Amino acid sequence: MILSGKGGTGKTTVAAALAHLAAQEASIVLADADVDAANLELVLSPQLQEEGEFTGGGLAVIDPELCIACGRCHDVCRFEAIIPGDEVYAVDEIGCEGCGACAYACPMEAIEMQEQLDGKWFRSQACYGPLFHAHLFAARENSGKLVTLIKNKARALALERGADYLLVDGPPGIGCPVIAAISGADLTLLVTEPTVAGAHDLGRILGVARHFGIPAVVCVNKYDLNFAKTEEIAAWCAAQGVPTMGRIPFDQEVTRAMVQGKPITEHSDGAVAEELRQIWAWLKARLD
Amino acid sequence: MIITVASGKGGTGKTMVAVNLALVAASQRPGVQAASGDAKMLSRYDTRPLLLDCDVEAPNVHLFLRPTITGQEEVVLPVPEINFERCTFCVRCAEACRYNALAVVREQVLLFSELCHGCGTCSLVCPEGAVREVPEVIGLIEEGAASTPLADLDFAHGVLEVGRAIAPPVIRQLKRRIRSDGLVIIDASPGTSCPVVEALKGADFALLVTEPTPFGLHDLRLMVEVAREVGASGRTPLPVGVVVNRDGIGDEKVDEYCQSERIPILMRIPFDRRIAEVYSEGGLVIEALPEYRDQFRELYQRIREEVNK
Repeated sequence: MILSGKGGTGKTTVAAALAHLAAQEASIVLADADVDAANLELVLSPQLQEEGEFTGGGLAVIDPELCIACGRCHDVCRFEAIIPGDEVYAVDEIGCEGCGACAYACPMEAIEMQEQLDGKWFRSQACYGPLFHAHLFAARENSGKLVTLIKNKARALALERGADYLLVDGPPGIGCPVIAAISGADLTLLVTEPTVAGAHDLGRILGVARHFGIPAVVCVNKYDLNFAKTEEIAAWCAAQGVPTMGRIPFDQEVTRAMVQGKPITEHSDGAVAEELRQIWAWLKARLD
Repeated sequence: MIITVASGKGGTGKTMVAVNLALVAASQRPGVQAASGDAKMLSRYDTRPLLLDCDVEAPNVHLFLRPTITGQEEVVLPVPEINFERCTFCVRCAEACRYNALAVVREQVLLFSELCHGCGTCSLVCPEGAVREVPEVIGLIEEGAASTPLADLDFAHGVLEVGRAIAPPVIRQLKRRIRSDGLVIIDASPGTSCPVVEALKGADFALLVTEPTPFGLHDLRLMVEVAREVGASGRTPLPVGVVVNRDGIGDEKVDEYCQSERIPILMRIPFDRRIAEVYSEGGLVIEALPEYRDQFRELYQRIREEVNK
């Protein structure tokens, strides 16, 4: 499980490289739990094999024929998603969280909760193993539920095939998709960067890992952009009892590899690839 | 005017752009410029811009602004509490909850409060009046002001409690601080789902920060879709503009995309290792590297032109 708190620290770059390295010696299943902005497929260019629909939640729909504009729905909605009108009320589709309170409150039974197609999930075949990923439609709810769906599918296949590792690329932040992604992991690798923001958000994501009892290790990406900050982070981690398992240098080759759609470890044999090989060896030892 | 700074992909530079944009805007108010010698005193009589950090999962603006916090407020969510003297274990509350926050197991009602959205449906459907809602703290709002050599700003941010899943209520409560007059700049979280939508609602302009890489482009496309959806649902359309950060590190595809979608690129920030260094220490780019000051001023000017189009 790869997480970061702060976005853009290099989760997907690290995940793609670890997938490449792990697949050389073990059987793996991959999952991209960043369903808002899934990027792992851009590096792994997998072949799509199966797709399915994701209906996350409901949407309140008011029947204008039945609505008497009594305002009960507006009174009970906690999400400011009911738009009052003189003759009929309406629903702000973006604001509606699908709770159904309005449907229960409506004395005319004019409100129906309709299932909504919120996204799609995919099973693809990457050259390193099967990849489960998803696309949550723009501005939709329930990213946590979609993450859980992807992870359950990936776990089921991993168990069925007797795979050695399930590698999950996580979303940024600490909220619902992260919590859905982290639950049940054996180990989480927290990717950070040597900046005040990276350090601050590392503290928050480590708090989440602890809250759910998931062991964590840290790696500092682009560590040479600020040596002092890197050592500050490593010292802080040590004080927390969390090992810093790697220091990945900054290298523009990483972007070039991304543009070519390849993991950095496959693209070149530079210092970044070397450090990632080391990180994989550490992780493997830790997991076994 | 409300400007929301967003990006699908994380780490593209939202916070850096939001903070520096807010500061040049603050320094440019008519009163402040006219009294260059005594800008700070004058600015107290004007409405200062408000910078709202709506990335409540990973709030970082304060690390750069170092504001003086003058007020704090808890964010609470009403979660159910069952009165077992009345409860008949009829399961209606658990059936009605769309977030799976309630479960009835034999003679017990289990609450998973981290999943609760505080919608109140459970108490609405309980035929026995056995569900009472009690406030549970899920986050904190802090507000205050920041004073920098360049300008002064009002500031507020929300902090979601670690272990909590639901960010939008914190963002909603934070956004109540928005005044109808004056300039508000909102720093949103990465991604494209509920917290971002919440941060974009009611904005007059969406400033999308990206980088010229396949990840940057992929997530920019998604973000444009989100901005259009939010605009379509609101009272006014939501115009968008793009900032290309670390210009030159990748390929030309972001440019091509913006051109084909007729989305203006309002600023290009070159890949400059000095910016990365200033940022890493929590510094302000326009202060440490004054040559970028005019570019941020121009960005602000161009946003105003786009909004007034």
